[in-house]
Amino acid sequence: MEPFIQITGEPLDRNALIASVTNPGAGGIVVFEGVVRDNARGKQVRYLEYDVYPEMAIQQIREIIAEAERRWNVDRVAVAHRIGRLEIGEASVIIAVATPHRAEAFEACRYIIDTLKTTVPIWKKEVAMNGEEWVEG
Amino acid sequence: MKIHLRYFASFREIVEQNEEMLTIDDGASVADVRALLLVRYPRLQPVMERSACAVNHGYVPREATLHEGDEVVFIPPLGGGTH
Repeated sequence: MEPFIQITGEPLDRNALIASVTNPGAGGIVVFEGVVRDNARGKQVRYLEYDVYPEMAIQQIREIIAEAERRWNVDRVAVAHRIGRLEIGEASVIIAVATPHRAEAFEACRYIIDTLKTTVPIWKKEVAMNGEEWVEG
Repeated sequence: MKIHLRYFASFREIVEQNEEMLTIDDGASVADVRALLLVRYPRLQPVMERSACAVNHGYVPREATLHEGDEVVFIPPLGGGTH
């Protein structure tokens, strides 16, 4: 089954993502949701700006999901990332993974978010009270 | 030959454009393009040192040889970290 991959400037729809991985063979669905925090390295963050290289981001996400499918018995995966300006508390990324048994859902979801953060060309700029900067590492 | 450069995040802010075409010698590598850009935009120096490179949507090493029409993007460090 083709994974659901979305990069959008609109608020993410958690329920739609969960629905997209729900299937009769699933014994567990794990959802990771990354949200915008109001502080980073001692700074008060006002909001975040995300930039993306869309074609490459989608290709890299596809490759990450394909690798997760090789490593675990994964039924269905959905990955959505929001770009543009995000306010404190808003979801920047949601990953939903459905597997027959729960352990694999946790492991695959963890692998997908950790790998996404290091290989998918999406950047965030923190806009704080006293200036702004692109976050590295 | 011509290649298509696209700029994102800190690169876009420094070069002040989204993309441009660049004429380079046949058989030029990513490292050659990197050197050309540093001459054209000296302010790229600090971030360029920490950046990876992608050609046609996949990561490549600096020695990679380029071809006519390639889409070349320097990828500044990703902000995800390990948290």
